[in-house]
Amino acid sequence: MSSATATMEPRAYHLPEEPHLHEGHSTMLGFWMYLMSDCLIFAILFATYAVLGGSFAGGPGPKDLFDLPLVALNTAMLLFSSITYGFAMLAMEKNRVSATQGWLFVTLLFGGAFLFIELYEFSHLIHEGAGPWRSAFLSSFFTLVGTHGLHVTFGSVWLITLMVQVARKGLIPANKRRLMCLSMFWHFLDVIWIGVFTFVYLMGVLR
Amino acid sequence: MNDAVHPHGGHDHHHDDHHDAHSHGSFGSYMIGFGLSVILTAIPFWLVMSGALHDPQLTGIVIMGFAAVQVVVHMIYFLHMNTRVEGGWSFMAMMLTVVLVVIVLSGSLWVMYHLNANMMPHAQMEMDMGPTQEMRVMQNMSEMP
Repeated sequence: MSSATATMEPRAYHLPEEPHLHEGHSTMLGFWMYLMSDCLIFAILFATYAVLGGSFAGGPGPKDLFDLPLVALNTAMLLFSSITYGFAMLAMEKNRVSATQGWLFVTLLFGGAFLFIELYEFSHLIHEGAGPWRSAFLSSFFTLVGTHGLHVTFGSVWLITLMVQVARKGLIPANKRRLMCLSMFWHFLDVIWIGVFTFVYLMGVLR
Repeated sequence: MNDAVHPHGGHDHHHDDHHDAHSHGSFGSYMIGFGLSVILTAIPFWLVMSGALHDPQLTGIVIMGFAAVQVVVHMIYFLHMNTRVEGGWSFMAMMLTVVLVVIVLSGSLWVMYHLNANMMPHAQMEMDMGPTQEMRVMQNMSEMP
């Protein structure tokens, strides 16, 4: 009887050992969750624009203000930056540091061009007296497009930070993980821009 | 013992899991996505700028369709989204977000459209409106049941 109790193993009500998960194993999923919550912010701004977009308060409307060729150019800039970031990721896969850095720099140039064109458009609108204070339509327009532009700005700052990191530490696993997060962020912003140019600019001119 | 096991286990996992769990796509898949995006962007701009369909409402529906397709293309070819990434959790999170976005957008539009339609005649008396808005009010009133 005493030998039976000795062979019986004590019941364990907890894991005998912590599971050994490697560093950053859940980063991608966590970052995806952040992007989804960011998506909800944009959904609310889109809904606000959809509701207020027709309230001109006797001021200028989309047809008077929007310059579609400029918007098309802007869209092209963001689309090019998306594909060049994709090339940077492919170079990163092959552990080619200089090619990765080169494509990241090209992406930065396209992102910068996008921001430059957007700021030019904003300054042009404000100069014409169509600033965010003019009407509910313009308030919601500047909030939605401005929030997207702010995201691109911070994405560009992040891109520069990562280029410095890669230059100093090389393509270590941590840097690869960070580059993959920024990749998701950058492509996500392009997805939001599809909504912006369709609902705000194209539909605005149609209305 | 723990110290001896941890770095070893960590290393093995890193190199095996990291490359298999996240597919990055290939040069070909990026180019397919890019080509489709260019086409799906160019057509709506052309439709609106040339007025090829002669019907703003139809054009609006068509370009919204193009936008929806392009979002899916970006999700698949650029964000590498599928039902298997992260054991399906990314996809679940995305579907929940899609449901919430639909509720937020359609709910806001539905409620605010009716609010506008019911408030407008009253607002007309209080505010000094331009001729274009007065016409829009008339339109709204004629649309009311």
